[in-house]
Amino acid sequence: MYEHDGEKYFILDAHLHFWDASPENWVKGREQYAKGWIECFHAYQGLGPDDTHWTIEHFMKYSVDDFEKDVFTEGKVDHAVFQSTYLKDWYTEGFNTAQQNAPLLERFPGKLTLNGRWDPREGEAGLKQLEEDAKQYNLKGVKLYTAEWYNGSRGWTLNDDVAQPFLEKCQELGIKNIHVHKGPTIWPLDKDAFDVSDIDHAATNFPELNFIVEHVGLPRIEDFCFMATQEPNVYAGLAVVVGGLMHARPRFFAKVMGELLFWVGEDKMLFGSDYAIWEPKWQIEGLLNWDYPDDTFSDYPRWTTEAKKKILGLNAAKLYDIDVPQELRLTEETSEPGAEDDARLVEFDNV
Amino acid sequence: MTLRAQVLEALGEVIDPELDEPITTLGFVSSCVVSTEGDVSVHLRLPTPQCAPNFAYLMTDDARAAISSVPGVGAISVTLDDHYTGAEINQAVARGGAFADAFPGETRGDLTALRLLFRRKALVGRQARVCEELVRDHDDAAICALRVRELPASPDVQRCLELRGELDLPHADDDPGLVAGDGSAIAPDQLRMWLRKARLMSLSLESNAAICRSLLAVRYPESPQEVAP
Repeated sequence: MYEHDGEKYFILDAHLHFWDASPENWVKGREQYAKGWIECFHAYQGLGPDDTHWTIEHFMKYSVDDFEKDVFTEGKVDHAVFQSTYLKDWYTEGFNTAQQNAPLLERFPGKLTLNGRWDPREGEAGLKQLEEDAKQYNLKGVKLYTAEWYNGSRGWTLNDDVAQPFLEKCQELGIKNIHVHKGPTIWPLDKDAFDVSDIDHAATNFPELNFIVEHVGLPRIEDFCFMATQEPNVYAGLAVVVGGLMHARPRFFAKVMGELLFWVGEDKMLFGSDYAIWEPKWQIEGLLNWDYPDDTFSDYPRWTTEAKKKILGLNAAKLYDIDVPQELRLTEETSEPGAEDDARLVEFDNV
Repeated sequence: MTLRAQVLEALGEVIDPELDEPITTLGFVSSCVVSTEGDVSVHLRLPTPQCAPNFAYLMTDDARAAISSVPGVGAISVTLDDHYTGAEINQAVARGGAFADAFPGETRGDLTALRLLFRRKALVGRQARVCEELVRDHDDAAICALRVRELPASPDVQRCLELRGELDLPHADDDPGLVAGDGSAIAPDQLRMWLRKARLMSLSLESNAAICRSLLAVRYPESPQEVAP
């Protein structure tokens, strides 16, 4: 919980990790990928303030105590959602699997939600595992990484036939929050791997599910925004937008926030720190203190106290059925949809 | 102009299709060596080891083609460094092979459609900047009525018209000053919405370029780069 200018904020970090990328966990013969992956993440940390940078050794493997200090003690996060990412092609025990994350649920009872994952290329065995995970961890969400490598395949899309039974299974099991992360590879390689149109189709076909597009579809924020205006169940995950732009590129951050508030709207944006890429504290404090830098941004929606409360916690609390103390809720529901009327039926083809 | 300067100038025409900027201003050319015999060795680098292989291939292949267009060059070597598919890309480009040769079985075709999609995005982004200038002192009907010959002379306008030519879209003196990504004219009552969308397209390209620059600076601090003359 944060107090800022006399207002109290419930903080829900909807996207963080507890990973092990230490050399002991690298798959033999795949070391260059395991090393390249974590070094790439570490480079992203370099976009945050200098005094929040870690050594690569610390970044590869951090302790439960570090996690507690960074997230709960200093970050003052009330509740956080673990996004599991397996990457077993490169990391022997996985990068951050549900099993790795689970002990932290016991250590911090009531403060963490664990999201699972699935990969449609695992077929029947994958479906069965999803059912078991759902039961064991009481899953309310999953994180999908479409660029993950598997048995020689360099990725998949939500449109693939093999993905449909998994989406149906999520609907059936009440796993209603589907976080989707686009990455640089997808079969076939001549397609744009960051294309988000498969999420558009899935969101239409599975209206009971919520699709949270991580890092707002970056680097395809335009495609994401045009899609999100048309799909009531598509949400913007702000991980990377805050961490990657707010400090390093403040004017671009202002424009991106303005565009998101216009196209997607404050009811459908979720804060996520992407810890341990970036610590939550500077990002949360940055958002609380932020405003547009000057009046050249006057035709974007305003960054109000209500918008901050929703985006920093209340929106995600609603998706995950997290109980928010009365004093931290909005006094009344005054939420307005985003730019739906202005922006409906927008597609790149008619730009 | 020395042969090396000509090679760098040619590399200045190679565009990162995702960002619509030359690879030389982005800092992607880390070295360019031209021997006394005219042999050229160029090294390229990208902001992350996991940058998308299709765009990485296009830039490497385009760099090789650009160098080979310079009169008097001898043997050409273009190497993409520090990339997870660098070996496949470098070998295919050196052989003069196509994208499908670099990744057999992993692609259905060449990269023509991908490149076209991003050139169209680039055109929309470039026109957004031109339109932002025009809306300051023109009303919407006047902007939509503007012909190419009535556009103000500016580098952005020039770049829009060049790209329209490259895309085989109308760009003669009497054609519309602004067009949608498919070359069609924009109606006055659509202009504001078109501009909002186009402005977001432009922001996407620019903010991606900003992230790429920041990541490149973290990845290669104080390391030299070659710039076009």
